[in-house]
Amino acid sequence: MLASLHKHLLNDYQQDFPLSPTPFLDIAEQLGVTEGEVLAAFQVLAEQQMISRIGPVIAPNAIGNSALVAMAVPEQDLAHVAALVSAYPEVNHNYERENRFNLWFVLIASDQAHLQRVISDIETQTGYKTMLLPMLADYFINLGFELNLND
Amino acid sequence: MDALDYRLIAAVQAGLPLTARPYAAIAAQLDMDEQDVIVRLGRLKTEGLIRRWGVVVKHRQLGYRANAMIVMDIPDDQVAEMGLRVSQHSFVNLCYRRPRQGEVWPYNLYCMIHGKNRETVLQQWADLQQSCGLEACRHEILFSRRCFKQRGAIYKAPVIEPLEFSHG
Repeated sequence: MLASLHKHLLNDYQQDFPLSPTPFLDIAEQLGVTEGEVLAAFQVLAEQQMISRIGPVIAPNAIGNSALVAMAVPEQDLAHVAALVSAYPEVNHNYERENRFNLWFVLIASDQAHLQRVISDIETQTGYKTMLLPMLADYFINLGFELNLND
Repeated sequence: MDALDYRLIAAVQAGLPLTARPYAAIAAQLDMDEQDVIVRLGRLKTEGLIRRWGVVVKHRQLGYRANAMIVMDIPDDQVAEMGLRVSQHSFVNLCYRRPRQGEVWPYNLYCMIHGKNRETVLQQWADLQQSCGLEACRHEILFSRRCFKQRGAIYKAPVIEPLEFSHG
């Protein structure tokens, strides 16, 4: 069970983490605790893998070139293909999904040519075709992830 | 954006150190001034390159294990308006337009719903269908099973070689 302080830290600072010389002290003052308590709580959240970082989420395609990629892989080959795909540093968010297209990952490259190179390489390495789904428009407004931590 | 902006992004992408003066620590790495780091990050955020600056949570670890990507086939002349409508819902985490792939994959609008369980997510989808008039819309719901890889942004500097961000 998370303490109230941890819940506040998870929910309240996804958008606007303080850009000041002493952000943890600012948060402490807002929440009525000490700076040491805030730092210790973030340490716990990081150690328990509840947060990946305090840092930037970069706008899609603002730097480099990215695309969502899907593959249809027979079940018996999936773990092997997924491991091959995950090994690329350009790949992240590699998920199995319930569909005939069962492997979904995001590829980020420095430019279009780099992206194509990695795609061709993945197809050669795995022996399966990819479906390349670049973003055409981004409609997302509600940034961050609103957590219900009360149950 | 200048070269220093890229170096700064590269330095902060793995996250701020958990110390009392984290921006000073980043500044020291880059031989910059603490105030310059803060001002630049603020500017990159205002300009929109940094889409948000803050705590990035791991939803699976926090009990949000039902993660559905819903793909929809929306008439091309309505997709922009529908994208905006869908993304207004608080439970929608992402909403993108992507190219159709013929009849193999005829979908052009994608949204993501993260929930604590499948039932909640399906209920939210039903609500979304109703409020956006999507009952007759051809769609597929792709719940996630295994997570093979998930990690934070990696952008190299000064040669810009970005290796991750949010969702393609």
